[in-house]
Amino acid sequence: MANIEQEDKHQFAPKKFNMWVFVFTSFMFFAALTSGFIVYSGGHGTGIDIKLPAIFTYSTIVIVASSITMYLASKAARELQFGKQRLFLTITILLGVAFFAIQSYAWLVLLPGMGIYFSNPNASQSFVYVFIWMHLLHILAGVLLLANTLWGTYRNKPQVKNLFGMQMSSIFWHFVDIIWIYLYVFLLLNQY
Amino acid sequence: MSTLSVHGHEGAHHEEDHGHHHHKETFLSKYIFSMDHKMIAKQFLVTGITMAVIAMILSILFRIQLAYPDKAFPLMETLLGRFAPGGRLNADFYLALVTIHGTIMVFFVLTAGLSGTFSNLLIPLQLGARDMASPFMNMLSYWFFFTASVVMLSSFLVQKGPASGGWTIYPPLSALPKAMPGSGMGMTLWLISMVLFIASSLMGAINYVSTVLNMRTKGMDLWKMPLTIWAFFLTAILGILAFPVLVAGVVLLIFDRSFGTSFYLSEIVLGGSAQPFEGGSPILFQHLFWFLGHPEVYIVIMPAMGISSEVMSVNSRKPIFGYHAMVYSLIGITVLSFIVWGHHMFVTGMNPFLGGVFMITTLIIAVPSAVKTFNWLATLWRGNIRFTSAMLFAIGMVSFFISGGLTGIFLGNAALDINLHDTYFVVAHFHLVMGSAAIFGMLAGVYHWFPKMYGRMMNEKLGYLHFWLTFIGAYLVFFPMHFMGLDGVPRRYYAFTEFESMKRWLSVNTFITWAAIMAACAQVAFLVNFIYSMFWGKKTVQNPWEANTLEWTAPIEHFHGNWHGEIPTVYRWPYDYSKPGAEEDFIPQTVPLSQTMSSNLPHDFEDNPAGLEAHAKWTSTQKSNEEVK
Repeated sequence: MANIEQEDKHQFAPKKFNMWVFVFTSFMFFAALTSGFIVYSGGHGTGIDIKLPAIFTYSTIVIVASSITMYLASKAARELQFGKQRLFLTITILLGVAFFAIQSYAWLVLLPGMGIYFSNPNASQSFVYVFIWMHLLHILAGVLLLANTLWGTYRNKPQVKNLFGMQMSSIFWHFVDIIWIYLYVFLLLNQY
Repeated sequence: MSTLSVHGHEGAHHEEDHGHHHHKETFLSKYIFSMDHKMIAKQFLVTGITMAVIAMILSILFRIQLAYPDKAFPLMETLLGRFAPGGRLNADFYLALVTIHGTIMVFFVLTAGLSGTFSNLLIPLQLGARDMASPFMNMLSYWFFFTASVVMLSSFLVQKGPASGGWTIYPPLSALPKAMPGSGMGMTLWLISMVLFIASSLMGAINYVSTVLNMRTKGMDLWKMPLTIWAFFLTAILGILAFPVLVAGVVLLIFDRSFGTSFYLSEIVLGGSAQPFEGGSPILFQHLFWFLGHPEVYIVIMPAMGISSEVMSVNSRKPIFGYHAMVYSLIGITVLSFIVWGHHMFVTGMNPFLGGVFMITTLIIAVPSAVKTFNWLATLWRGNIRFTSAMLFAIGMVSFFISGGLTGIFLGNAALDINLHDTYFVVAHFHLVMGSAAIFGMLAGVYHWFPKMYGRMMNEKLGYLHFWLTFIGAYLVFFPMHFMGLDGVPRRYYAFTEFESMKRWLSVNTFITWAAIMAACAQVAFLVNFIYSMFWGKKTVQNPWEANTLEWTAPIEHFHGNWHGEIPTVYRWPYDYSKPGAEEDFIPQTVPLSQTMSSNLPHDFEDNPAGLEAHAKWTSTQKSNEEVK
């Protein structure tokens, strides 16, 4: 195995492995933030002390849907149906943007409307903002990566490169989806 | 997987274009934005050495203050201007010096300078790869590091001076821009620099892990890797697990500093006015910081351990003693390093039971550390030792690791640490065990692989001079500090003469300062040697140290791709030195067992029944030939 990859000019396999390791570093970052939350709220004796607005359920549905379309796009790419691949990629990007918009609405309008501010004597509530923002940074990176892959499909790339781009973006996109689900469940469990 | 089958066919053509590939390299693509791992390694080394010299000068400045707290040196004012009014170091600037000295040495020299240089140089060369998994990311890693260095140093140019809350930047000092002069702009620059630095480290570490796992040459299974590679690989894993946690801690700190949150800040009065913060926990920062901080000290020492193992085996002309034990102890250190961070926090009001848990895990680290130490000593035992400069530094590394490690057992005990915490005892401990030991490992690496990097040899005589002055100097500097610490002298104090109980240590401080100045002067010998040898040193031969590892099979002249034609195949482990029955006292990894029938042993054929049969047949023929005679 290793020998074939050795002379693989583009080093696709090691680069894909790079992506996995990067995903892992991101995971550690969120693990650290949530551990920080646990240490803080454990020592302080307060949770977030609010019921999270329902809008987060909708954004979660949107992001899960985007994972499904991402899967469909990858499948289409493998089956050489490039029209379909572009369509599903575009839908994925749009869902990503929609998620970004919903989350932004939530922290810009809804949370302050409920009296939950970032600058706050109960830092558990500040943590909600930090989780959302740090995750949105990843969403932003993911959307850019997807857009780059979509752009690549119009430039007549060889199929190996197209597939490689799809795999790289799939790994990352599914990862940011899973991270949001993790964060959301974490927040739900710590509401009170 | 489909990508592989497509590219399998291209293999043959591809080798050819590596052999004759001399596409035009401009100055920019060769020396500046190089994507060749060997050039990036040299960039890391030169930047690392530059940063080390700067951090060393900073330390001499504050040592002068400690030795002569009441004396004015007009030259100081000329050099430092407002930071040394009247020729005496300003107290705030003293703290800034200590902080930046620590930050640069721990992160910029012993993390980036050490791992960055040798992981980049040796991972592809010792594993038989053309380059890293992603050469582009590798280049980015260097330039992020370079930018981080510039930002860190630029904090000397801001009006209130650099960050000065200690290299651990504990809040609230670091979280309140008005807490002290260094907490303002200087602290901001510190944070920016560190974020860039972490990005650089992570990009490097991701590449190292991926390259080690995916790009080894034919025959190079994990148990045939040199210990250097094992050490760099596990170091990279530590970095990947630990640095993101520091990012999380720093992000929250930035929010506290600039966005009015209270993650780390609770009710606090500053300059007579109550601050609007409420409910935060400074201990939270310490948890996040030391979850990185403790693995960080192993990120610093493990590459030095790997380098020393390799250098000591080569120059003892003996296999490393207990290769498997060496690997498992590195793995043990890696795992344990994540469950000991609380030993930095014994005095934070931690539950004594929890303190006890951290104490036990901490003391368990003595086990793998002792395994390594005994194995190094056993490797030296009855070897045909060649005292090259590299070998001296490797032995020096072991010496410092022992003397510094012993005091670690003191400090790991919660009951003792409550007395010794934040005293000079701690300073002595970590400067020996991770400071001096790691820098000696790094210097061993520089002397050993200089011919590989620059195609020339370093001067051995100057190397000896450098070694002895530095070795003696480091002990003279750090050993007396143990006694100061036992007497309760706290670290980071500006002038001991202000306290009745510490006055008597002034003479010791003067002595330490002069020892430090001597050790610093010794580094001139190194710098002269390094720069002179780079251009005018004796030209090296292919394999100057008669070593087994793959890097010495690569051509002396550098080109992107490392080997002309096919990459060599590996047939044996890297430590076949002085094997009984062999013609020479070393057998490179590329020599197949079929060419060394007289020195093969039955255990060379584990998992290889055909080979074992051939070996048995050969020995029995030999025996019957003997009988005929």
